[in-house]
Amino acid sequence: MLVVLTFLTVDSLNVTRAGGIQVPNYDVINQEIGYANDWSRGFEVPVIGASEPLFGRTYSLPEATELMKLGKAVIQSRACMDCHTFFGNGAYYGPDLTKSWLDPAWSQIWMPMTGAATRGDAMVEFLMHPEQYPTWTRQMPNLHLTRAEAQAVVAYLKWMSAVDTNGFPAHFGRIQTQN
Amino acid sequence: MYRSQRLALRYFAAAITLFGVMTAAGLLSALYYVDSSLLYNVFDFQMAKILHINTLVIWLLMGFIGAVYWFLPRELGREVVGIWLAEVLFWIFCAAVAVVAVVFIFVQYGSSDQFSMWFINQGRKYVEAPRWAAVGIVAVVLTFVYNVTATAWRARRMTGILWVLILDLVPLSVLYLDAFPQITNMSHDLYWWWWLVHMWVEGTWEVLIGCLMAWSLMELMGTSRRIVEAWLYIEVMMVLGTGILGLGHHYFWIGTPQYWLGIGGFFSALEPLPLLGMVVHAVYDAGTHHMKTTNRPAFYWVLAEAFGNFIGAGVWGFMMTLPQINLYSHGTQWTVSHGHFAFWGAYGCGVIAIIYLVLQQTRKAQNFDSRAWKWSFALLNLGLVGMVGGLLVAGITQAIYERAQGGSTLQAFVVASENQWFQSGMYARVIFGLLFAIGYLVLVYDLLVIGKRAAVAQRTQEASA
Ligand code: HEC
Ligand code: HEM
Ligand code: HEM
Ligand SMILES: [Fe+2]
Repeated sequence: MLVVLTFLTVDSLNVTRAGGIQVPNYDVINQEIGYANDWSRGFEVPVIGASEPLFGRTYSLPEATELMKLGKAVIQSRACMDCHTFFGNGAYYGPDLTKSWLDPAWSQIWMPMTGAATRGDAMVEFLMHPEQYPTWTRQMPNLHLTRAEAQAVVAYLKWMSAVDTNGFPAHFGRIQTQN
Repeated sequence: MYRSQRLALRYFAAAITLFGVMTAAGLLSALYYVDSSLLYNVFDFQMAKILHINTLVIWLLMGFIGAVYWFLPRELGREVVGIWLAEVLFWIFCAAVAVVAVVFIFVQYGSSDQFSMWFINQGRKYVEAPRWAAVGIVAVVLTFVYNVTATAWRARRMTGILWVLILDLVPLSVLYLDAFPQITNMSHDLYWWWWLVHMWVEGTWEVLIGCLMAWSLMELMGTSRRIVEAWLYIEVMMVLGTGILGLGHHYFWIGTPQYWLGIGGFFSALEPLPLLGMVVHAVYDAGTHHMKTTNRPAFYWVLAEAFGNFIGAGVWGFMMTLPQINLYSHGTQWTVSHGHFAFWGAYGCGVIAIIYLVLQQTRKAQNFDSRAWKWSFALLNLGLVGMVGGLLVAGITQAIYERAQGGSTLQAFVVASENQWFQSGMYARVIFGLLFAIGYLVLVYDLLVIGKRAAVAQRTQEASA
């Protein structure tokens, strides 16, 4: 069993490295990301589209990698995972963040609420001052993120939404928020 | 009494204390779900939950370590080698736990630099403790492994149970090294994180508790060594045969290849079998000895362990281990329902059983019984089963409304969380959690007094006869 597991581990780590078959490279944050049914596999997969700069700029691969490092450090230091799930792992007090980048709530609720012009900026604004933009009774606390930290987290969430997770979560966004 | 056994008693006292902290922190965590304005921006949900699950891991580890320090000198007929080092480390261990708790309560979290990782909070579920404390735990565990192996070496004696135990402690300790790294890629991070969590609770801990229950059955019912060892070997083979690749049930959705859906689903679906084997073993043993025992509390907690392990881990785990179901149950209160049932059944009940077994021997009580243990047994188990039931209802509600129908967006999450069924589950958890907490208090009272009066009465009887 351990021998089999060793082989599968080598293969899995290769498939899931940034730039592997199921996990895109970090500079995918410069592109549009969607989520659509793949009829041959029978579930939804991320769709990488045309170029779409983040925060008004394009990141080189080393820059994007640095940004991801910071994003992950923010996520660990604030223990986001003790309220939220990433790929469904973590805690269940807040919503799953796997496809948060694609959440219709950004354009339908938080962009108007924050007055931000882009989804990315609305996310930064929310993450820096969640107590000012609640959507319901259960609220996210202010975790004292700097602007640079918040931007790094947003970039991280954008990259995560481009990971091929074998169809989890299913039918993301099937119920559309009323607007 | 050996020094090692006195150390065991200290470990048990620390374990039961932390069990109390865990219960209080669990109740607090549950309250945020029914009153979301609670301590907002002062002490938020994530910190209460971190306290809850970290004290959980520590009290169970302390219980296990204490149990081994208790049984080891009996098994080998000699004092544990290097016991002074273990005694010193016990106090360092306690101090470190207290410091980490104070930092979690008052500092809570840092900024995105290495200082936070080393001294405040690493933010990886179950292993949030800062790195300096994790280094301390490594030191305690290494000393412990050294104590066990060196004593067996020096005694020039090995038993089957000891072989299994020692071979198990090596991977158990090595896996803990997983508590240190900071990996940027979330898929890789979770890949390794599950090695720690799954290979502990569904592999190395399961084998460890198997060894401890084997010793307990020998002492409680006088089952012969030949029989318990034969069962132990079979169980260990089956746990490892199914559990190692069963790891795959955590690799369905984290970016890992699709073949894990088949492999993980298949092998983890077989994981309940060894747990069923343990129930059969315990019931068979109890039957052949006509349920006769001089230590009813320990005996009933052993039975609770066998059934709780099978139902909580085996049945509750099986319910959501097939990918077709896990796609919807993944990351909901359904998971929490299983987590509570399994940890309590497999490990909580086991540690309590061993503490009762040990107390009878330290208090030299022939008639080891009380009313209080029955109350605490009933309240703790009823409280836990009630909680788990409420969580199952809440989790199924989420699976339907948030995952299957809603598509897991923020709005779907809110819709499920505001659903009547979900809300009832959250209130049920608080109410049954309170019952559980009362059961805990009765347990502490009983552990303090059980067998003492009987022992005194017995001595006066002997004196007058
Ligand atoms: C105390 C628990 C808690 C912690 C810790 C926490 N969050 Fe949240 N978060 C929430 C809650 C509750 C919501 C829902 C807020 C709302 O709808 O008003 C939320 C919402 C969000 C959203 C919007 C989700 C969506 O898809 O619409 C994002 C993104 C987010 N959090 C990111 C983070 C990050 C990043 C961290 C760590 C730096 C973090 N959260 C830490 C509780 C928490
Ligand atoms: C004593 C043994 C066990 C313990 C203590 C235990 C505990 C847990 C815990 C705490 C979690 C949640 C982890 C987290 O995300 O924080 C979990 C998840 C899980 N367990 Fe177990 N478990 C045990 C045995 C089993 C068995 C035998 C099975 C299968 C038959 C199983 C199936 C699962 C599955 C499928 C998940 C993932 C849930 C999800 O997708 O969210 N477990 N377990
Ligand atoms: C008074 C009793 C208890 C209450 C009210 C309680 C409450 C809670 C709450 C609210 C959470 C957070 C779940 C989430 O993220 O939404 C939690 C997590 C957890 N608790 Fe408890 N708890 C109690 C007792 C216990 C006991 C006795 C054990 C084990 C022996 C335990 C083990 C766990 C585990 C393993 C988790 C993480 C599970 C997961 O995230 O899937 N708890 N508990
Ligand atoms: Fe598992």
